[in-house]
Amino acid sequence: MAIPRFRVPATAKKGDVIAIKTLIQHPMDPGFIKDKNGKIIPRMIINHFDCKYLGKVIFTAKLEPSISANPFIEFYARAEADGDFEFTWIDDKGTITKAKAPIKVTA
Amino acid sequence: MKRGIVEVGLGVSLAAVVVLATLKIFGLALAAGAPDLHLKGIPAPPGSPFKMLYSGYQFRNATTRAMQDDDFSNPGMLAIDPATAEWNHVEGTAGKSCASCHHDVNKTMHGVGATFPKWNARLKRPVTLEQQINICRTHYMGAKPWAFKSDNLTNMTTLIRYESRGMPVKVATDGPVTPWYNKGKKLYYTRIGQLDMSCANCHEKYYGHHMRADLLSQGQINDFPTYREKAQHLVPVEQRFIGCMKNVRARPYKPFSDEFMELELYLASRGNGLNVETPGVRN
Amino acid sequence: MNAKISRREALAGGAAACASGAVTLRSAEAADPMAARMAAAQAAIKKFTGGKATTKGALKLTLPQIAENGNTVPMGVSVDSPMTAASYVKEVRVFVPKNPLPVAVSFLFTPESGKAAASTHIRLAGTQDVQAIALMSDGTFLIDTRNCKVTIGGCGG
Repeated sequence: MAIPRFRVPATAKKGDVIAIKTLIQHPMDPGFIKDKNGKIIPRMIINHFDCKYLGKVIFTAKLEPSISANPFIEFYARAEADGDFEFTWIDDKGTITKAKAPIKVTA
Repeated sequence: MKRGIVEVGLGVSLAAVVVLATLKIFGLALAAGAPDLHLKGIPAPPGSPFKMLYSGYQFRNATTRAMQDDDFSNPGMLAIDPATAEWNHVEGTAGKSCASCHHDVNKTMHGVGATFPKWNARLKRPVTLEQQINICRTHYMGAKPWAFKSDNLTNMTTLIRYESRGMPVKVATDGPVTPWYNKGKKLYYTRIGQLDMSCANCHEKYYGHHMRADLLSQGQINDFPTYREKAQHLVPVEQRFIGCMKNVRARPYKPFSDEFMELELYLASRGNGLNVETPGVRN
Repeated sequence: MNAKISRREALAGGAAACASGAVTLRSAEAADPMAARMAAAQAAIKKFTGGKATTKGALKLTLPQIAENGNTVPMGVSVDSPMTAASYVKEVRVFVPKNPLPVAVSFLFTPESGKAAASTHIRLAGTQDVQAIALMSDGTFLIDTRNCKVTIGGCGG
């Protein structure tokens, strides 16, 4: 799968709520659009995204065919300790794309 | 027969009413002057048909503009990483990558994308950025050219233009490119298609007015390749030209044709001074 | 007369045919798929809430009043919640009743989210009332509805 893009602040104070933004290239074929020859393009979407931080899944998005191509997802997390934000995207074929971004948390 | 005449008469008067009504609508719109859209522009250079130049960004609503402004919401930005990887990817019989000659894209390409289409001394003709990328591939790398609308070509064009983001468009129109510039200008003002319209009909005369729900822009191309919300992918400028031509029921020129190069040269130069916005976001 | 039909008669006849055709189509066929979609959305909402009451106020759905194109519409949800283990938002589900499938997205939060807010870009098949419903950790539900007009541009391109 494509190279995802994401933004996580490099540092935060403990207890701060930080914004995380992610983008990934994907056609998100909804499964009810026809191609030029009148054939239905089969459904092929990213149906799952989650973010793990300090060993726990803190946010999940279940995506449906109504999500635009190249899914953008913005969400929040409370900075607790140094660690990685681990992102996982899974599509209908079971293809898994992973990425991670570290954060330094100050007292 | 008599009935026929009466009906023709009615038809004419009906048509006249429609024309009057249309004129009245336009009259009202025009009476308000250039629509008050709070557009932010720059004074047009001498010789421009416009008083002010406005990027297409100015004609879009707040949500579309916000999407362009945020590099992590603008899906067009997804081109940058794969294109940078491709930049360093050795391909072809010469065993070269883009980086073999041009080194670090973040340093050497600064400002380059803002100057295309531009004169190619070896070919003795102006070329578009897409054409130049394929010239590099075939002539210097010994690799196959990338296809029109292919991810690789659109992404690489986006990356090189992005390296000039925030810099003013600076396309030369004098010297050896002048004959091509003049041909592009002629194409711009030539009415084509079943609707018998030229680029100028919409984008010079009626920018700032609505065509159905769409707000017509000046047709500036400083944002290309641009991410279209409708297409949900990056659109190279020639694809937009093809779309416009189909809309006026004309037969589009061929991708990478002289006509599109000339038109792009002329259009790009009409936006000289506007900042490069690639990758833009448009409806 | 019967050999020659004037342009005006042809237009009038055509218009009448169109009008009657549109009426019968609308009542007999065209209304049904949309009614079916609306019913599917109602069923999906009921499945999520179990028919429980939904409260307005603390959940905010953000959508442009007018989307320039229905294929990429920025959409966000946020809930006023302390996001502690004792009181937090479990899930916000977004319903798009006029789309082919009723649910657009489900956001699943945890107390560690810190803030019950998320956004994405959605597709809207037409002008419609989009609904967001939040499931709170105490089992109650919040709701917000926003109308979004989807415009058809002058230029397909």
